[in-house]
Amino acid sequence: MTGKAAKKEKIPRQPMPEQAADVRRRNFKEVPMGYSPETAITEAKRCLQCKKPACVTGCPVQIDIPGFIQQVAAGDFAAASQTIWGKNTLPAICGRVCPQEIQCEGECILGKKDEPVAIGNLERFVADFSREQDTGELPEKAASTGKKVAVVGSGPSGLTVAGDLLLKGHDVTMLEAFHKPGGVLVYGIPEFRLPKDIVASEVAALERLGLRIECNSVVGRTVSVDELFEEGYDAVYIGVGAGLPKFLNISGENLIGIYSANEYLTRANLMKGYLFPEYDTPLAKGKNVAVLGAGNVAMDSARTAMRLGAEQVRIVYRRSREEMPARAAEIHHAEEEGIEFYLLTNPIRFIGDDEGRVVQMECLQMELGEPDESGRRRPIPIEGSEFLLDCDLAVVAVGASANPLLTQSDPEIQLNRWGYIIADPKTGKTTKKGVWAGGDIVTGQATVILAMGAGRVAADSIHDYLTIGW
Amino acid sequence: MFTIVKKESMADDTVILNEIEAPRIAAKARPGQFVILKANETGERIPLTISDLDAARGTITVIYMVVGKSTALFKTLEEGDAYQDVIGPLGKPTDIEKLGKVVCVGGGTGVAVLFPITRGFKEAGNEVVSIIGARNKDLLILEDKMRAASDTLHVCTDDGSYGHKGFVTEVLKEVLDSQKVDLVVAIGPVPMMKFVSKLTYEYNVKTLVSLNPIMIDGTGMCGGCRVSVGGETRFACVDGPEFDGHKVDYDGLMQRLNAYAKEEKAAYDEYCRLRGI
Ligand SMILES: Cc1cc2nc3c(=O)[nH]c(=O)nc-3n(C[C@H](O)[C@H](O)[C@H](O)COP(=O)(O)OP(=O)(O)OC[C@H]3O[C@@H](n4cnc5c(N)ncnc54)[C@H](O)[C@@H]3O)c2cc1C
Ligand SMILES: Cc1cc2nc3c(=O)[nH]c(=O)nc-3n(C[C@H](O)[C@H](O)[C@H](O)COP(=O)(O)OP(=O)(O)OC[C@H]3O[C@@H](n4cnc5c(N)ncnc54)[C@H](O)[C@@H]3O)c2cc1C
Ligand code: SF4
Ligand code: FES
Repeated sequence: MTGKAAKKEKIPRQPMPEQAADVRRRNFKEVPMGYSPETAITEAKRCLQCKKPACVTGCPVQIDIPGFIQQVAAGDFAAASQTIWGKNTLPAICGRVCPQEIQCEGECILGKKDEPVAIGNLERFVADFSREQDTGELPEKAASTGKKVAVVGSGPSGLTVAGDLLLKGHDVTMLEAFHKPGGVLVYGIPEFRLPKDIVASEVAALERLGLRIECNSVVGRTVSVDELFEEGYDAVYIGVGAGLPKFLNISGENLIGIYSANEYLTRANLMKGYLFPEYDTPLAKGKNVAVLGAGNVAMDSARTAMRLGAEQVRIVYRRSREEMPARAAEIHHAEEEGIEFYLLTNPIRFIGDDEGRVVQMECLQMELGEPDESGRRRPIPIEGSEFLLDCDLAVVAVGASANPLLTQSDPEIQLNRWGYIIADPKTGKTTKKGVWAGGDIVTGQATVILAMGAGRVAADSIHDYLTIGW
Repeated sequence: MFTIVKKESMADDTVILNEIEAPRIAAKARPGQFVILKANETGERIPLTISDLDAARGTITVIYMVVGKSTALFKTLEEGDAYQDVIGPLGKPTDIEKLGKVVCVGGGTGVAVLFPITRGFKEAGNEVVSIIGARNKDLLILEDKMRAASDTLHVCTDDGSYGHKGFVTEVLKEVLDSQKVDLVVAIGPVPMMKFVSKLTYEYNVKTLVSLNPIMIDGTGMCGGCRVSVGGETRFACVDGPEFDGHKVDYDGLMQRLNAYAKEEKAAYDEYCRLRGI
């Protein structure tokens, strides 16, 4: 009877088991521990299997979400993995770092009245399950085309292009400036959010598919794009990210103890500074840490500082809570770990001691005024509200812009007025023949999944160019 | 693999020369550029100038002074061993052109950095006067190579054990007083570059210095190497390492070089203790 069915107990969204906040705030182990198969099945059964699934429209690469969720509900995790792989080759990474609340989960019908299906957690579960069961089996590769492609940069967009083109039968070489592949996934996003073993295993799978990786190759210095063509490459993909740190340009910013987020996170993650002196790269440990900015990069920096033993970590942000660009989950995690938020607070100068080390920061209180071009309400300083904050370590996390190292070396690749590469969004083609670009170097700092989406589009276009000539 | 094909000890075993197989870098590098080396998995990324290269053999030469843990670790690498990573060539090459008379001033290991630049100016048809200095005769490096790359070579030692007794700036002053100089290139310890620049400013002679702030990536992505030049923040790894000596904030640079003094000293002491050095 219908009356009874309506009373059927609703399954609540299955919480993700996590390390307790007071424990994890001092270790670098991953925070969420993942669903068990039972929990995954329970969560998957919440999905209504909509005829016109809204979630799929919210996914930048259009994974067949109800499809894979139904397979999870049926306990067929291998099939679910195949379904996801059809659209997304780095699901273990995306399941962890995508901003699901504004993508798939943000569109989920259930979210209107209740909580949305935990699509990200399920994606992560399926990817981890299939990685742990790894049979070493690789997807089938098309017959060799004899064409050679150089992929510059080993971040998510480069990895996606490389994977797609290998499967299409091309010979792919990746050139990476750093000594390790992975881009932001290895140098930026910390271990406690994305274990480096996972990135390494994704890269290793591509190597088994035939990818050659040449680390320590700075394109624009070690070799130019034209020289790559001379070396016999038929096409070049540029996915070098947005690797130029922005500073605040306020007085005292060159004092010791003030880092760009790029430097702070690179020392911590890529160089494993948190294991100093076992690893040789030193990393300053602050007592009173201030992190300027409120995006993912700021949350990662703040939580890293906490794990390195800081007594106090403060996020200092000139706008209000609603405008904070970080993923909701990261803001929540940061708060749980005891990170304080100084909102509507604008740093105006740093103050140092006689050795040139930062000791304090002067800030101004702000209030919200009229909306600006970005539609967000503009913060305006409150007169006479200056105050001092103690800080012996400050991390500037107010964004990144285009690194000109490669683009300066090749004037045929046209840039927009901010220095990003101009590429056709439908194909990834740049203004130089045989050269494609995508990811953060085209869009500015965005997301892992958008960088991958751009890689997918470019791979299709490169394939057409190499096989049918356009 | 970046194999060491030749290792030499200099300056009383405080300075080491490595010739390293790195064909791609050897084919590309120009005077003034540097590489970043990492010895092994746990190693630090250490910038060193390309002091010489042999494009035919596909090798580059670096010369470094043993000052801390990482350079002490480098010193344990013998011929046939390899660095795990060598990245480069990085930095802007020196702007070498025919100007007339160029004075090249080098102190300590800075002479290793100065040598390829000196040779470059000589090959471009300039008259090159070089002034090199060290604390004493035993610590002087590359005298023969510098002599061959210069029209005139002056040598100074702080203790007078060889050549002129005193600082390079004293000889430089004599040269500036007696000759018309078009460019001074000064490379060495920060205080030396500061004093050379102060002097040449009085004589209104353009001066290039090569800065050595702490670096990580060497590609402009971290900003750790930032220096203040003419009141503007510049990244030494991509905008430099050479800058107009008259505009550099040397005191700021010296402070930033000490950022990790405590950690570095502890790491080095521990390293020496474990190895009984
Ligand atoms: C700390 C941090 C946290 C983030 N958190 C999230 C998150 O939670 N969720 C999310 O979706 N996004 C997040 N992002 C953004 C996301 O990581 C990026 O949008 C994405 O990595 C961009 O991918 P990409 O392939 O374009 O470039 P990158 O990942 O930046 O990779 C570019 C690679 O190119 C290399 N390179 C650069 N120049 C050269 C050259 N000249 N020659 C050779 N190689 C070169 C670089 O070394 C790098 O390895 C975060 C970013 C940061 C910095
Ligand atoms: C562009 C450039 C070119 C250089 N060329 C040469 C060269 O040809 N020969 C040579 O002997 N030295 C050169 N140096 C300096 C050399 O990099 C440092 O001496 C070396 O990093 C010291 O490391 P360490 O661990 O042995 O000593 P540490 O104990 O770590 O430090 C000793 C001193 O070296 C400086 N230093 C430490 N780490 C770095 C780092 N990652 N980058 C730069 N400086 C650092 C510190 O300020 C400290 O004062 C150059 C530096 C730069 C930036
Ligand atoms: S919108 Fe939500 S309920 Fe509908 S298919 Fe997608 S995940 Fe399932
Ligand atoms: S060393 Fe990182 S920007 Fe220069």
